[in-house]
Amino acid sequence: MTLSGALEIASCTDPGMVRAHNEDSIASDGRKGLVVLADGMGGYNAGEVASGMATTVIITELQQLLEKSPPNETDPASGQLVAHKLLHEQIAKANTSIYQAAQSQPQYAGMGTTLVVALFYDNKMTVAHIGDSRLYRLRGDELKQITKDHSLLQEQIDSGVITPQQARQSQNKNLVTRALGIDPTVEPEIHDHDTQPGDIYLLCSDGLCDMVGDEDIGLALQTLSSNLKLCAQHLVQTANDNGGRDNISVILVRVLRDFPASRGIVSKLMGWFR
Amino acid sequence: MAKLILSMDGLVLKEINLTKERTTIGRKPHNDIQIDNLAVSGEHAVIVTILQDSFLEDLGSTNGTVVNGQSVKKHFLQNNDIIELGKYKLKYVNESPAGVAKAADFEKTMVLRPGAAKPAPAPAPAPAAPPAAAAAPAAAKSFGDTAAGPGPATTMPPASARPAVAAQKAAALQLLSGANAGKELDLTKPLTTLGKPGVQVAVITRRPQGFFITHVEGASFPVVNGKPLDAQAHALNDHDVIELAGVKMEFFLKA
Repeated sequence: MTLSGALEIASCTDPGMVRAHNEDSIASDGRKGLVVLADGMGGYNAGEVASGMATTVIITELQQLLEKSPPNETDPASGQLVAHKLLHEQIAKANTSIYQAAQSQPQYAGMGTTLVVALFYDNKMTVAHIGDSRLYRLRGDELKQITKDHSLLQEQIDSGVITPQQARQSQNKNLVTRALGIDPTVEPEIHDHDTQPGDIYLLCSDGLCDMVGDEDIGLALQTLSSNLKLCAQHLVQTANDNGGRDNISVILVRVLRDFPASRGIVSKLMGWFR
Repeated sequence: MAKLILSMDGLVLKEINLTKERTTIGRKPHNDIQIDNLAVSGEHAVIVTILQDSFLEDLGSTNGTVVNGQSVKKHFLQNNDIIELGKYKLKYVNESPAGVAKAADFEKTMVLRPGAAKPAPAPAPAPAAPPAAAAAPAAAKSFGDTAAGPGPATTMPPASARPAVAAQKAAALQLLSGANAGKELDLTKPLTTLGKPGVQVAVITRRPQGFFITHVEGASFPVVNGKPLDAQAHALNDHDVIELAGVKMEFFLKA
């Protein structure tokens, strides 16, 4: 199954104005409808290693597995949607790889990474995330944050300790409560969302949303929607103009047309009798 | 680390580091910060510190707690806030990591593991009833905001995230030809698009360094002072003449 022509993808990643290294890692495959963004952490170059492992494992494994198993079908063994099962398994695999490397090699001790993955199929997308890398959706003129951070600040907002406005002033940024590669197992948060032609999805590391307000992100997506590459570069540039204190990564995905799954003859028959 | 500087009539009396999760302030001797003055209640206020952030909460004191001239029940302390208790003043000092030499280390993303270094519980379980009641609607409100998603309309742009832009000069375009010749267009937004969608569009970005024009879509590129641009952003100077989709316009800086 291929989604060529259904999605337009543009991306940009930058070390920012302060850091010497870029510990973010991004990957995408438009034909498979797959985009991955990871923001690594850990001393020296360990952050880059962790985020690189996460994106590589997830994209290469999923590229092969999606050839064989259509994501819109239900896995007979588990009763789960194939998309969910594949994401769960490959995130677990990436987690194990990073965790074992961190355990066995002293220079990688304590490394980890955030992750946000979106898989597009059958007029919808499944989003899996861990940590504070985000996915936003622009539909019409409304920008909506789809993922909810796994971070101390988000927990404080949820429990009413601070308001979202106050959170912008907080000095407790960058404290994530979940990350890939830190513990032997990790539970990703996975949700399905319907997509519509014209939607623009933004995956980004906290280097963007800490430096650029939602209002300016929304304005950029709306005004520059006809040139996604320029839009991605503009977002990174705005974060840098505002100080660029962290690495900045942006992936933009525009839905160009409907992409329903091609149903097999059996399910078509089932559809008639339903 | 955050600290408080206690003073009276401009005379510094004491410096207190906020190392504890709860730092109590009051007249009675069991308080962490004891202020022996009749204007101060026995248990006057508490400061709850969660890692780098501190929250001040009035414990139903008789004379109230004032921060920067305003009476508060609950307040998220910011660097250089002045807390007034009767004649006494407490200055809250919490240098932002950006101002500290080791900025990069502070900014790095870290994992907060559930087992280790558990964050302090919400400062809601205060002994006094009024602050708890005051906190409840606030909690409901902030949760509602989150559920609705911080859309462009509901979220305030961060004051700190746009430093130089506000101080920068204003600029505008004056149309020199076409149906609207003579009209002026103020460039107040960070992004202003020009042209006809589907035919030719360019965008003017307002940045701390100045104003830039960039080609967005269309087969032909904008022309500035008679020279066609390439795909790169082009810095605009006062009185530059732009030609776009058959319309001429002049860029100028406002005094």
